[in-house]
Amino acid sequence: MAERMSLRAAVEAFVEDGDSVALEGFTHLIPFAAGQEIIRQRRRNLTLIRMTPDLIYDQMIGMGCADKLVFSWGGNPGVGSLHRLRDAVEYGWPAPLAIEEHSHAAMASAYEAGAAGLPCAVFRGYIGADLAKVNPNIRHVECPFTGERLAAVPSIRPDVSLVHAQRADRQGNVLLEGIVGVQKEAVLAAKRAVVTVEEIVDSLDAPANATILPHWVVDAVVEAPRGAYPSYAHGYYSRDNAYYKQWDAIARDRETFTRWMQDNVMSLDSGTAAGAKRQ
Amino acid sequence: MTQEYTPNEMMVVAASRALWDGAVCFVGIGLPSAAANLARMTHAPGVVLIYESGTIETRPDVLPLSIGDGELCEQAVTTVSVPEMFRYWLQGGRIDVGFLGAAQIDRYANLNTTVIGDYQHPKVRLPGGGGAPEIATSSREILITLRHSPRTFVDQVDFVTSLGHGSGKGSREAMGARGEGPKRVITDLCVMEPAPDTAELMVTTLHPGITADEVRDNTGWPIRFADSVGTTDPPGARELEILRDLYARTERRHAGGAA
Repeated sequence: MAERMSLRAAVEAFVEDGDSVALEGFTHLIPFAAGQEIIRQRRRNLTLIRMTPDLIYDQMIGMGCADKLVFSWGGNPGVGSLHRLRDAVEYGWPAPLAIEEHSHAAMASAYEAGAAGLPCAVFRGYIGADLAKVNPNIRHVECPFTGERLAAVPSIRPDVSLVHAQRADRQGNVLLEGIVGVQKEAVLAAKRAVVTVEEIVDSLDAPANATILPHWVVDAVVEAPRGAYPSYAHGYYSRDNAYYKQWDAIARDRETFTRWMQDNVMSLDSGTAAGAKRQ
Repeated sequence: MTQEYTPNEMMVVAASRALWDGAVCFVGIGLPSAAANLARMTHAPGVVLIYESGTIETRPDVLPLSIGDGELCEQAVTTVSVPEMFRYWLQGGRIDVGFLGAAQIDRYANLNTTVIGDYQHPKVRLPGGGGAPEIATSSREILITLRHSPRTFVDQVDFVTSLGHGSGKGSREAMGARGEGPKRVITDLCVMEPAPDTAELMVTTLHPGITADEVRDNTGWPIRFADSVGTTDPPGARELEILRDLYARTERRHAGGAA
Protein backbone atom coordinates (compact mmCIF):
# COMPACT_ATOMS: atom_id res chain seq x y z
CA MET A 1 0.00 0.00 0.00
CA ALA A 2 1.62 3.20 -1.16
CA GLU A 3 2.36 5.68 1.57
CA ARG A 4 3.07 9.25 0.59
CA MET A 5 6.42 10.16 2.12
CA SER A 6 9.27 12.60 1.91
CA LEU A 7 12.31 11.38 0.01
CA ARG A 8 14.38 11.40 3.18
CA ALA A 9 11.82 9.30 5.06
CA ALA A 10 11.36 6.86 2.18
CA VAL A 11 15.10 6.18 1.85
CA GLU A 12 15.44 5.91 5.65
CA ALA A 13 12.58 3.42 5.78
CA PHE A 14 13.26 1.27 2.73
CA VAL A 15 16.99 1.29 1.86
CA GLU A 16 19.35 -0.45 4.26
CA ASP A 17 23.10 -1.01 4.27
CA GLY A 18 23.95 -4.20 2.39
CA ASP A 19 20.74 -4.24 0.33
CA SER A 20 20.56 -5.18 -3.31
CA VAL A 21 19.15 -2.03 -4.89
CA ALA A 22 17.86 -1.39 -8.40
CA LEU A 23 17.42 2.19 -9.60
CA GLU A 24 16.03 1.71 -13.09
CA GLY A 25 15.12 4.02 -15.96
CA PHE A 26 16.53 3.29 -19.40
CA THR A 27 18.14 6.64 -20.25
CA HIS A 28 14.74 8.22 -19.52
CA LEU A 29 13.33 8.82 -15.99
CA ILE A 30 16.59 7.94 -14.22
CA PRO A 31 15.92 8.33 -10.47
CA PHE A 32 18.72 10.81 -9.72
CA ALA A 33 17.00 12.43 -6.73
CA ALA A 34 16.51 9.05 -5.05
CA GLY A 35 20.08 7.96 -5.76
CA GLN A 36 21.50 11.22 -4.42
CA GLU A 37 19.42 10.87 -1.25
CA ILE A 38 20.96 7.42 -0.77
CA ILE A 39 24.38 9.08 -1.10
CA ARG A 40 23.42 11.76 1.46
CA GLN A 41 22.28 9.10 3.90
CA ARG A 42 25.65 7.37 3.41
CA ARG A 43 24.34 3.89 2.71
CA ARG A 44 27.14 1.35 2.40
CA ASN A 45 27.85 -2.09 0.91
CA LEU A 46 24.98 -1.93 -1.54
CA THR A 47 24.74 -4.26 -4.50
CA LEU A 48 23.74 -1.82 -7.20
CA ILE A 49 21.73 -3.28 -10.08
CA ARG A 50 21.06 -1.31 -13.24
CA MET A 51 21.26 -2.07 -16.96
CA THR A 52 23.03 1.19 -17.75
CA PRO A 53 24.76 2.50 -14.60
CA ASP A 54 24.83 6.02 -16.06
CA LEU A 55 25.93 9.07 -14.08
CA ILE A 56 23.82 8.23 -11.03
CA TYR A 57 25.73 5.01 -10.31
CA ASP A 58 29.02 6.76 -11.14
CA GLN A 59 28.11 9.17 -8.33
CA MET A 60 27.01 6.44 -5.92
CA ILE A 61 30.09 4.29 -6.62
CA GLY A 62 32.44 7.26 -6.32
CA MET A 63 30.86 8.18 -2.97
CA GLY A 64 31.44 4.69 -1.63
CA CYS A 65 27.87 3.36 -1.46
CA ALA A 66 28.49 0.11 -3.34
CA ASP A 67 30.58 -3.02 -3.11
CA LYS A 68 29.05 -4.76 -6.13
CA LEU A 69 27.58 -3.69 -9.46
CA VAL A 70 25.32 -5.76 -11.73
CA PHE A 71 25.06 -4.12 -15.15
CA SER A 72 24.98 -4.57 -18.92
CA TRP A 73 26.37 -1.34 -20.41
CA GLY A 74 28.62 0.91 -18.35
CA GLY A 75 29.28 4.09 -20.27
CA ASN A 76 28.35 7.78 -20.31
CA PRO A 77 25.98 7.68 -23.33
CA GLY A 78 27.34 9.58 -26.30
CA VAL A 79 30.27 10.86 -24.23
CA GLY A 80 32.58 8.03 -23.14
CA SER A 81 33.59 6.33 -19.92
CA LEU A 82 32.15 6.40 -16.43
CA HIS A 83 35.38 7.39 -14.70
CA ARG A 84 34.27 6.66 -11.13
CA LEU A 85 33.14 3.17 -12.15
CA ARG A 86 36.44 2.57 -13.92
CA ASP A 87 38.46 3.91 -10.97
CA ALA A 88 36.64 1.53 -8.63
CA VAL A 89 37.07 -1.47 -10.94
CA GLU A 90 40.66 -0.74 -11.99
CA TYR A 91 42.11 0.80 -8.78
CA GLY A 92 39.63 -0.02 -6.00
CA TRP A 93 38.85 3.65 -5.22
CA PRO A 94 37.17 4.55 -2.95
CA ALA A 95 36.52 0.85 -2.34
CA PRO A 96 36.89 -2.33 -4.38
CA LEU A 97 33.89 -3.00 -6.58
CA ALA A 98 32.90 -6.49 -7.69
CA ILE A 99 31.12 -6.61 -11.02
CA GLU A 100 28.61 -9.01 -12.49
CA GLU A 101 28.33 -8.18 -16.17
CA HIS A 102 25.53 -9.20 -18.52
CA SER A 103 24.03 -8.25 -21.86
CA HIS A 104 20.87 -6.13 -22.09
CA ALA A 105 18.85 -9.12 -23.26
CA ALA A 106 19.95 -11.07 -20.19
CA MET A 107 19.17 -8.35 -17.67
CA ALA A 108 15.84 -7.47 -19.27
CA SER A 109 14.89 -11.15 -19.17
CA ALA A 110 16.14 -11.48 -15.58
CA TYR A 111 13.97 -8.57 -14.39
CA GLU A 112 11.02 -10.06 -16.22
CA ALA A 113 11.66 -13.44 -14.56
CA GLY A 114 11.88 -11.69 -11.20
CA ALA A 115 8.53 -10.02 -11.77
CA ALA A 116 7.10 -13.38 -12.86
CA GLY A 117 8.29 -15.06 -9.66
CA LEU A 118 10.60 -17.43 -11.51
CA PRO A 119 14.06 -18.47 -10.26
CA CYS A 120 15.76 -17.86 -13.59
CA ALA A 121 15.34 -16.44 -17.05
CA VAL A 122 15.81 -18.54 -20.17
CA PHE A 123 16.60 -16.95 -23.51
CA ARG A 124 18.57 -17.44 -26.71
CA GLY A 125 21.68 -15.47 -25.89
CA TYR A 126 25.39 -15.24 -25.19
CA ILE A 127 26.08 -17.41 -28.25
CA GLY A 128 29.83 -17.30 -28.86
CA ALA A 129 30.16 -14.49 -26.31
CA ASP A 130 33.10 -14.41 -23.87
CA LEU A 131 30.98 -13.01 -21.03
CA ALA A 132 29.78 -16.56 -20.47
CA LYS A 133 33.42 -17.47 -19.64
CA VAL A 134 33.90 -14.78 -16.98
CA ASN A 135 30.47 -14.61 -15.35
CA PRO A 136 29.57 -17.84 -13.47
CA ASN A 137 25.93 -16.69 -13.34
CA ILE A 138 25.65 -17.26 -17.08
CA ARG A 139 24.73 -20.91 -17.55
CA HIS A 140 22.85 -23.03 -20.05
CA VAL A 141 19.82 -25.30 -20.11
CA GLU A 142 18.50 -27.67 -22.70
CA CYS A 143 14.96 -27.15 -23.94
CA PRO A 144 13.05 -30.28 -22.80
CA PHE A 145 10.99 -30.22 -26.00
CA THR A 146 13.45 -29.37 -28.77
CA GLY A 147 16.84 -29.98 -27.19
CA GLU A 148 17.97 -26.47 -28.08
CA ARG A 149 20.72 -25.13 -25.83
CA LEU A 150 19.56 -21.87 -24.27
CA ALA A 151 21.18 -19.37 -21.94
CA ALA A 152 19.96 -19.06 -18.36
CA VAL A 153 20.64 -16.34 -15.79
CA PRO A 154 19.26 -15.98 -12.26
CA SER A 155 16.21 -13.77 -11.98
CA ILE A 156 16.76 -10.33 -10.47
CA ARG A 157 14.92 -9.94 -7.14
CA PRO A 158 16.17 -6.68 -5.59
CA ASP A 159 15.61 -5.96 -1.91
CA VAL A 160 14.38 -2.58 -3.07
CA SER A 161 13.70 -0.95 -6.43
CA LEU A 162 13.52 2.80 -6.83
CA VAL A 163 12.10 4.33 -10.00
CA HIS A 164 10.96 7.76 -11.15
CA ALA A 165 7.68 8.39 -12.99
CA GLN A 166 5.66 11.29 -14.35
CA ARG A 167 2.63 11.21 -12.06
CA ALA A 168 0.86 9.51 -9.21
CA ASP A 169 -2.67 10.07 -8.02
CA ARG A 170 -3.61 10.69 -4.40
CA GLN A 171 -4.11 6.99 -3.81
CA GLY A 172 -0.58 6.28 -5.01
CA ASN A 173 -1.28 4.74 -8.43
CA VAL A 174 1.65 5.59 -10.67
CA LEU A 175 1.71 6.41 -14.40
CA LEU A 176 4.80 5.90 -16.57
CA GLU A 177 4.97 7.28 -20.11
CA GLY A 178 7.48 7.36 -22.95
CA ILE A 179 10.47 5.04 -22.88
CA VAL A 180 9.34 2.79 -20.03
CA GLY A 181 12.47 0.63 -19.92
CA VAL A 182 12.33 -2.09 -17.28
CA GLN A 183 10.77 -0.07 -14.47
CA LYS A 184 7.54 -2.05 -14.23
CA GLU A 185 9.50 -5.30 -14.07
CA ALA A 186 11.98 -3.84 -11.55
CA VAL A 187 9.14 -2.77 -9.24
CA LEU A 188 7.26 -6.06 -9.50
CA ALA A 189 10.48 -8.06 -8.99
CA ALA A 190 11.46 -6.22 -5.80
CA LYS A 191 10.61 -6.93 -2.18
CA ARG A 192 10.11 -3.18 -1.61
CA ALA A 193 9.45 -0.39 -4.09
CA VAL A 194 9.85 3.37 -3.86
CA VAL A 195 8.56 5.62 -6.64
CA THR A 196 9.42 9.29 -7.03
CA VAL A 197 7.16 11.33 -9.30
CA GLU A 198 7.16 14.72 -10.98
CA GLU A 199 3.79 15.54 -9.50
CA ILE A 200 0.85 14.15 -7.59
CA VAL A 201 -2.47 14.80 -9.28
CA ASP A 202 -6.15 14.23 -8.56
CA SER A 203 -6.62 11.87 -11.48
CA LEU A 204 -4.22 10.12 -13.85
CA ASP A 205 -6.75 10.15 -16.74
CA ALA A 206 -4.71 7.34 -18.26
CA PRO A 207 -5.62 5.45 -21.45
CA ALA A 208 -6.78 1.86 -20.95
CA ASN A 209 -3.41 0.28 -21.74
CA ALA A 210 -1.16 2.82 -20.09
CA THR A 211 1.76 1.61 -17.98
CA ILE A 212 0.38 1.84 -14.46
CA LEU A 213 1.84 0.65 -11.18
CA PRO A 214 -1.16 0.12 -8.89
CA HIS A 215 -0.80 1.69 -5.42
CA TRP A 216 -0.75 -1.72 -3.77
CA VAL A 217 2.53 -2.79 -5.42
CA VAL A 218 4.33 0.37 -4.32
CA ASP A 219 5.51 1.04 -0.74
CA ALA A 220 6.24 4.72 -0.95
CA VAL A 221 5.32 7.51 -3.35
CA VAL A 222 7.45 10.62 -3.16
CA GLU A 223 6.81 13.90 -4.91
CA ALA A 224 10.20 14.90 -6.35
CA PRO A 225 9.89 17.46 -9.14
CA ARG A 226 12.83 17.26 -11.57
CA GLY A 227 13.77 14.06 -9.79
CA ALA A 228 15.17 12.57 -12.99
CA TYR A 229 17.41 15.53 -13.80
CA PRO A 230 19.88 15.57 -15.64
CA SER A 231 18.12 12.72 -17.48
CA TYR A 232 14.66 13.63 -18.63
CA ALA A 233 10.98 13.20 -17.92
CA HIS A 234 8.90 12.89 -21.09
CA GLY A 235 6.35 15.71 -21.07
CA TYR A 236 8.16 17.68 -18.34
CA TYR A 237 11.77 18.48 -19.24
CA SER A 238 14.42 17.27 -21.61
CA ARG A 239 17.78 15.65 -21.03
CA ASP A 240 20.57 18.06 -20.08
CA ASN A 241 23.12 16.81 -22.57
CA ALA A 242 25.57 19.51 -21.49
CA TYR A 243 25.58 18.06 -17.94
CA TYR A 244 26.41 14.62 -19.35
CA LYS A 245 29.27 16.12 -21.33
CA GLN A 246 30.56 18.18 -18.39
CA TRP A 247 30.44 15.10 -16.16
CA ASP A 248 33.35 13.62 -18.09
CA ALA A 249 35.75 16.28 -16.76
CA ILE A 250 34.21 16.36 -13.27
CA ALA A 251 34.42 12.60 -12.76
CA ARG A 252 37.85 12.14 -14.29
CA ASP A 253 39.66 13.41 -11.18
CA ARG A 254 39.02 12.15 -7.62
CA GLU A 255 39.37 15.56 -5.95
CA THR A 256 37.28 17.41 -8.52
CA PHE A 257 34.62 14.76 -8.19
CA THR A 258 34.60 14.84 -4.39
CA ARG A 259 34.38 18.62 -4.30
CA TRP A 260 31.59 18.62 -6.89
CA MET A 261 29.60 16.09 -4.89
CA GLN A 262 30.02 18.15 -1.70
CA ASP A 263 28.85 21.32 -3.44
CA ASN A 264 26.06 19.87 -5.56
CA VAL A 265 24.70 16.87 -3.65
CA MET A 266 25.84 16.60 -0.03
CA SER A 267 25.07 20.23 0.82
CA LEU A 268 21.57 20.14 -0.66
CA ASP A 269 18.40 19.42 1.24
CA SER A 270 16.83 16.01 0.93
CA GLY A 271 14.52 15.67 -2.00
CA THR A 272 16.34 18.14 -4.20
CA ALA A 273 17.80 16.86 -7.43
CA ALA A 274 21.30 18.15 -7.99
CA GLY A 275 21.12 20.78 -10.66
CA ALA A 276 17.50 21.57 -9.90
CA LYS A 277 18.76 24.91 -8.65
CA ARG A 278 20.08 25.65 -12.12
CA GLN A 279 16.70 25.65 -13.82
CA MET B 1 33.51 18.17 -60.89
CA THR B 2 34.75 16.47 -57.75
CA GLN B 3 33.23 17.24 -54.39
CA GLU B 4 35.45 17.68 -51.30
CA TYR B 5 34.62 15.38 -48.41
CA THR B 6 36.24 13.98 -45.27
CA PRO B 7 37.15 10.31 -44.62
CA ASN B 8 34.43 10.25 -41.95
CA GLU B 9 31.83 11.46 -44.46
CA MET B 10 32.95 8.80 -46.94
CA MET B 11 32.55 6.15 -44.25
CA VAL B 12 29.08 7.21 -43.13
CA VAL B 13 27.84 7.56 -46.70
CA ALA B 14 29.23 4.16 -47.70
CA ALA B 15 27.68 2.60 -44.59
CA SER B 16 24.32 4.21 -45.31
CA ARG B 17 24.27 2.66 -48.77
CA ALA B 18 24.46 -0.83 -47.25
CA LEU B 19 20.89 -0.39 -45.97
CA TRP B 20 17.98 -0.89 -48.30
CA ASP B 21 14.51 0.63 -48.44
CA GLY B 22 12.16 -1.34 -46.22
CA ALA B 23 14.87 -3.04 -44.16
CA VAL B 24 14.04 -3.45 -40.49
CA CYS B 25 17.22 -2.25 -38.76
CA PHE B 26 18.24 -2.50 -35.12
CA VAL B 27 20.52 0.51 -34.74
CA GLY B 28 23.57 0.89 -32.51
CA ILE B 29 24.50 4.33 -31.24
CA GLY B 30 27.25 6.43 -32.84
CA LEU B 31 28.39 5.79 -36.39
CA PRO B 32 25.70 3.16 -37.14
CA SER B 33 23.01 5.62 -36.05
CA ALA B 34 24.40 8.34 -38.32
CA ALA B 35 24.55 5.94 -41.28
CA ALA B 36 21.08 4.50 -40.68
CA ASN B 37 19.47 7.92 -40.44
CA LEU B 38 21.33 9.14 -43.51
CA ALA B 39 19.95 6.13 -45.41
CA ARG B 40 16.43 7.03 -44.25
CA MET B 41 16.92 10.64 -45.38
CA THR B 42 18.32 9.67 -48.78
CA HIS B 43 17.81 6.43 -50.73
CA ALA B 44 15.85 4.38 -48.17
CA PRO B 45 12.93 6.46 -46.88
CA GLY B 46 11.10 3.30 -45.86
CA VAL B 47 13.87 1.84 -43.71
CA VAL B 48 12.49 0.92 -40.27
CA LEU B 49 14.81 2.05 -37.47
CA ILE B 50 14.59 0.38 -34.07
CA TYR B 51 16.63 1.38 -31.03
CA GLU B 52 17.12 -0.83 -27.99
CA SER B 53 15.32 1.65 -25.75
CA GLY B 54 12.12 0.24 -27.24
CA THR B 55 11.43 2.84 -29.92
CA ILE B 56 10.08 1.17 -33.06
CA GLU B 57 10.09 2.78 -36.49
CA THR B 58 11.46 6.07 -35.28
CA ARG B 59 12.30 9.03 -37.51
CA PRO B 60 14.47 11.40 -35.45
CA ASP B 61 15.19 14.83 -36.89
CA VAL B 62 18.61 14.92 -35.20
CA LEU B 63 20.98 12.13 -34.21
CA PRO B 64 20.36 10.92 -30.67
CA LEU B 65 23.18 11.32 -28.13
CA SER B 66 21.96 8.18 -26.35
CA ILE B 67 19.84 5.23 -27.45
CA GLY B 68 17.04 6.58 -25.26
CA ASP B 69 16.74 10.24 -26.23
CA GLY B 70 13.22 11.63 -26.00
CA GLU B 71 13.31 12.47 -29.70
CA LEU B 72 13.39 8.75 -30.54
CA CYS B 73 10.19 8.12 -28.59
CA GLU B 74 8.38 11.21 -29.88
CA GLN B 75 9.08 10.26 -33.50
CA ALA B 76 8.35 6.52 -33.12
CA VAL B 77 5.33 4.57 -34.36
CA THR B 78 5.30 2.89 -30.95
CA THR B 79 7.52 2.45 -27.91
CA VAL B 80 7.69 -0.88 -26.09
CA SER B 81 9.38 -1.94 -22.87
CA VAL B 82 12.98 -3.11 -22.97
CA PRO B 83 12.14 -6.77 -22.15
CA GLU B 84 9.58 -6.76 -24.95
CA MET B 85 12.13 -5.22 -27.35
CA PHE B 86 14.69 -7.93 -26.74
CA ARG B 87 12.32 -10.88 -26.38
CA TYR B 88 9.59 -10.31 -28.99
CA TRP B 89 11.25 -8.10 -31.56
CA LEU B 90 14.89 -9.17 -31.54
CA GLN B 91 14.79 -12.78 -30.29
CA GLY B 92 11.45 -13.21 -32.05
CA GLY B 93 13.20 -12.81 -35.39
CA ARG B 94 11.76 -9.48 -36.59
CA ILE B 95 15.10 -7.79 -37.37
CA ASP B 96 16.60 -7.83 -40.88
CA VAL B 97 19.79 -5.96 -40.08
CA GLY B 98 21.71 -5.33 -36.89
CA PHE B 99 23.95 -2.29 -37.39
CA LEU B 100 26.89 -2.30 -34.97
CA GLY B 101 30.11 -0.49 -34.17
CA ALA B 102 33.06 -1.78 -32.11
CA ALA B 103 36.34 -0.88 -30.43
CA GLN B 104 38.10 -3.95 -31.86
CA ILE B 105 37.35 -6.32 -34.74
CA ASP B 106 39.22 -9.40 -35.99
CA ARG B 107 39.48 -11.12 -39.37
CA TYR B 108 36.22 -12.99 -38.79
CA ALA B 109 34.42 -9.81 -37.72
CA ASN B 110 34.13 -10.86 -34.08
CA LEU B 111 33.61 -7.66 -32.08
CA ASN B 112 34.98 -6.37 -28.80
CA THR B 113 33.38 -3.53 -26.85
CA THR B 114 34.20 -4.87 -23.38
CA VAL B 115 37.90 -4.60 -22.42
CA ILE B 116 41.33 -3.96 -23.84
CA GLY B 117 43.68 -6.38 -22.09
CA ASP B 118 42.67 -9.06 -19.61
CA TYR B 119 39.07 -9.04 -18.37
CA GLN B 120 40.05 -9.27 -14.68
CA HIS B 121 42.89 -6.74 -15.01
CA PRO B 122 41.94 -4.54 -17.96
CA LYS B 123 44.23 -2.01 -19.60
CA VAL B 124 41.11 -0.13 -20.67
CA ARG B 125 37.65 -0.91 -19.41
CA LEU B 126 35.12 -0.21 -22.21
CA PRO B 127 31.35 0.16 -21.66
CA GLY B 128 30.51 -3.47 -22.46
CA GLY B 129 28.08 -5.32 -24.65
CA GLY B 130 24.70 -3.70 -24.07
CA GLY B 131 22.38 -5.08 -26.71
CA ALA B 132 25.09 -6.17 -29.14
CA PRO B 133 25.73 -9.82 -28.12
CA GLU B 134 22.17 -10.82 -28.97
CA ILE B 135 21.73 -8.40 -31.87
CA ALA B 136 24.75 -10.15 -33.44
CA THR B 137 23.19 -13.61 -33.13
CA SER B 138 19.48 -12.89 -33.73
CA SER B 139 19.37 -10.49 -36.70
CA ARG B 140 19.18 -11.87 -40.25
CA GLU B 141 22.41 -10.11 -41.07
CA ILE B 142 24.91 -7.72 -39.51
CA LEU B 143 26.52 -4.53 -40.80
CA ILE B 144 29.50 -3.08 -39.00
CA THR B 145 31.03 0.37 -39.27
CA LEU B 146 34.13 1.65 -37.45
CA ARG B 147 37.32 3.59 -38.13
CA HIS B 148 40.23 1.67 -39.59
CA SER B 149 43.44 1.53 -37.53
CA PRO B 150 45.92 -1.06 -36.25
CA ARG B 151 44.33 -0.61 -32.79
CA THR B 152 40.84 -1.47 -34.01
CA PHE B 153 41.65 -4.10 -36.67
CA VAL B 154 43.52 -6.64 -34.57
CA ASP B 155 44.76 -10.16 -35.16
CA GLN B 156 42.82 -11.37 -32.12
CA VAL B 157 40.21 -9.42 -30.20
CA ASP B 158 40.96 -9.29 -26.47
CA PHE B 159 37.37 -10.29 -25.71
CA VAL B 160 34.58 -11.57 -27.94
CA THR B 161 31.70 -9.34 -26.88
CA SER B 162 29.63 -10.14 -29.96
CA LEU B 163 30.04 -13.10 -32.28
CA GLY B 164 30.93 -12.48 -35.91
CA HIS B 165 31.96 -15.48 -37.94
CA GLY B 166 33.65 -17.11 -34.93
CA SER B 167 36.66 -19.11 -36.10
CA GLY B 168 35.54 -19.14 -39.72
CA LYS B 169 32.90 -20.46 -42.05
CA GLY B 170 30.43 -22.77 -40.34
CA SER B 171 31.19 -21.51 -36.79
CA ARG B 172 27.93 -19.67 -36.35
CA GLU B 173 25.73 -22.56 -37.39
CA ALA B 174 27.68 -24.92 -35.14
CA MET B 175 27.09 -22.66 -32.16
CA GLY B 176 23.39 -22.15 -32.85
CA ALA B 177 23.53 -18.49 -33.87
CA ARG B 178 20.69 -17.23 -36.05
CA GLY B 179 21.20 -15.22 -39.21
CA GLU B 180 24.07 -14.92 -41.62
CA GLY B 181 26.26 -12.78 -39.38
CA PRO B 182 28.44 -9.91 -40.61
CA LYS B 183 27.81 -9.23 -44.32
CA ARG B 184 29.76 -6.02 -44.71
CA VAL B 185 32.26 -3.91 -42.75
CA ILE B 186 32.57 -0.27 -43.71
CA THR B 187 35.51 1.88 -42.55
CA ASP B 188 37.02 5.23 -43.48
CA LEU B 189 39.39 3.40 -45.87
CA CYS B 190 37.42 0.63 -47.55
CA VAL B 191 34.54 -1.82 -47.63
CA MET B 192 35.07 -5.48 -46.65
CA GLU B 193 32.95 -8.58 -46.97
CA PRO B 194 33.46 -12.13 -45.71
CA ALA B 195 35.17 -14.35 -48.28
CA PRO B 196 32.72 -16.99 -49.56
CA ASP B 197 35.13 -19.86 -48.80
CA THR B 198 36.37 -18.98 -45.29
CA ALA B 199 34.22 -16.08 -44.02
CA GLU B 200 37.46 -14.13 -43.48
CA LEU B 201 37.10 -10.42 -44.21
CA MET B 202 38.39 -9.32 -47.60
CA VAL B 203 38.52 -5.87 -49.14
CA THR B 204 35.97 -5.48 -51.93
CA THR B 205 36.24 -1.75 -52.60
CA LEU B 206 38.76 0.91 -51.67
CA HIS B 207 37.50 4.43 -51.07
CA PRO B 208 38.70 6.91 -53.72
CA GLY B 209 42.37 7.84 -53.23
CA ILE B 210 43.03 5.03 -50.71
CA THR B 211 45.73 2.49 -51.57
CA ALA B 212 45.85 -1.20 -50.73
CA ASP B 213 49.02 -0.53 -48.71
CA GLU B 214 47.20 1.98 -46.52
CA VAL B 215 44.66 -0.69 -45.67
CA ARG B 216 47.44 -3.25 -45.00
CA ASP B 217 49.28 -0.76 -42.76
CA ASN B 218 46.15 -0.19 -40.72
CA THR B 219 45.13 -3.82 -40.32
CA GLY B 220 46.66 -6.08 -37.67
CA TRP B 221 46.65 -9.20 -39.84
CA PRO B 222 47.56 -9.88 -43.49
CA ILE B 223 44.27 -8.66 -44.96
CA ARG B 224 42.87 -10.38 -48.02
CA PHE B 225 41.74 -8.53 -51.12
CA ALA B 226 39.03 -9.66 -53.51
CA ASP B 227 40.16 -10.82 -56.95
CA SER B 228 38.99 -7.59 -58.43
CA VAL B 229 38.93 -4.71 -55.97
CA GLY B 230 36.71 -1.84 -57.06
CA THR B 231 36.56 1.78 -56.02
CA THR B 232 33.79 2.93 -53.68
CA ASP B 233 31.54 5.50 -55.31
CA PRO B 234 32.40 8.87 -53.73
CA PRO B 235 29.68 10.65 -51.74
CA GLY B 236 27.18 12.41 -53.97
CA ALA B 237 26.38 16.10 -53.56
CA ARG B 238 22.94 15.34 -52.11
CA GLU B 239 24.27 12.76 -49.67
CA LEU B 240 26.87 15.22 -48.41
CA GLU B 241 24.41 18.06 -48.09
CA ILE B 242 21.94 15.97 -46.11
CA LEU B 243 24.64 14.48 -43.88
CA ARG B 244 26.16 17.88 -43.11
CA ASP B 245 22.75 19.35 -42.34
CA LEU B 246 22.06 16.39 -40.07
CA TYR B 247 25.33 16.86 -38.17
CA ALA B 248 24.80 20.62 -37.89
CA ARG B 249 21.23 20.20 -36.56
CA THR B 250 22.44 17.56 -34.14
CA GLU B 251 25.21 19.76 -32.79
CA ARG B 252 22.87 22.72 -32.28
CA ARG B 253 20.28 20.57 -30.53
CA HIS B 254 22.74 18.90 -28.17
CA ALA B 255 24.41 22.18 -27.32
CA GLY B 256 21.05 23.11 -25.85
CA GLY B 257 19.73 25.40 -28.58
CA ALA B 258 16.74 24.83 -30.83
CA ALA B 259 17.57 22.87 -33.96
